[in-house]
Amino acid sequence: MDSVRSDAAPPQALKILVAGGFGAGKTTMVGAVSEISPLRTEEVLTTAGMDTDDTTGVQDKLTTTVAMDFGRITISPNLVLYLFGTPGQNRFWFLWDELATGALGAVVLADTRRLADSFAAIDYFEQRGTPFVVAVNCFDSEQSYTDSQVREALDLDAYVPVLLCDARDRDSVKHVLITLVEHVLVKVRANAMAG
Amino acid sequence: MAAERAGPIPDDGPAWWDHEAGPVVRPYMVTGGRVEPVTADLDLITHVVAVRTLAADTPSPEHQTILALTQEPRPVAEVAARVDLPLGVVRVLLGDLLSAGLVARYDPPSTDDLPNIETLQAVIHGLRAL
Repeated sequence: MDSVRSDAAPPQALKILVAGGFGAGKTTMVGAVSEISPLRTEEVLTTAGMDTDDTTGVQDKLTTTVAMDFGRITISPNLVLYLFGTPGQNRFWFLWDELATGALGAVVLADTRRLADSFAAIDYFEQRGTPFVVAVNCFDSEQSYTDSQVREALDLDAYVPVLLCDARDRDSVKHVLITLVEHVLVKVRANAMAG
Repeated sequence: MAAERAGPIPDDGPAWWDHEAGPVVRPYMVTGGRVEPVTADLDLITHVVAVRTLAADTPSPEHQTILALTQEPRPVAEVAARVDLPLGVVRVLLGDLLSAGLVARYDPPSTDDLPNIETLQAVIHGLRAL
């Protein structure tokens, strides 16, 4: 293994995903609580790499770039949280697998004008067993639904927290993240009791 | 952005990417066409840190940029963002540096196990105190 300078040990890193449809406010949410301006990292995708049975010619390969914005919250000198805004489109699910591995949990950011856009993310986290909360982004107070109406519309299990938020507001986003981590804590405690 | 460009944009074909448009380089050029890192599984939040100063025979300017950046520990995602190269490319370059012993890695918890109760409580307290 590599030799390591003893003074260079980095903090424990945790990641939280912020998922949701295009334009739901993912990057805004990350930026609202991040101590750094959200950074953008990109991955190059080639359609040929997404389908091993692909028999089309080289000239048909499509290359595209997926961007993920992320921010950082230092909890303590030895504990740092990274928030990743994940690409919302279904075709990037293979990227979600990587993002979701080892993730503490996820925030599904929903826009009530396009609730269906969050179905894919909800399905994904349910199937994967990743703890998540649904945060309904209220644009300009035009919220015309209650959280229980949203819960019903999204057909969510009773234990999944649903809350209204303003993705631009730091305190509101803090509240969403605290709700998520408390939700994870309940799950971990239940596992400990069962185990 | 096209709107910010000074001159008129020619309407015919790909000729608009002259030298003013910056380099048009296939991203995997800088890895010599390699798409698989020599090291396995660098997570987005795996931290990497340079353990030696710049070697005289550091392979490429991109490797050198990464070495300079990782004088303090940084997660892989941040390295990629700051060198402005796609993640896959940066993973290959980091793999080279790791195998050459120039960089060390610190992996996050490697499984899908959730953090322990103490860690979660620390996160909650930390978020409340922000």
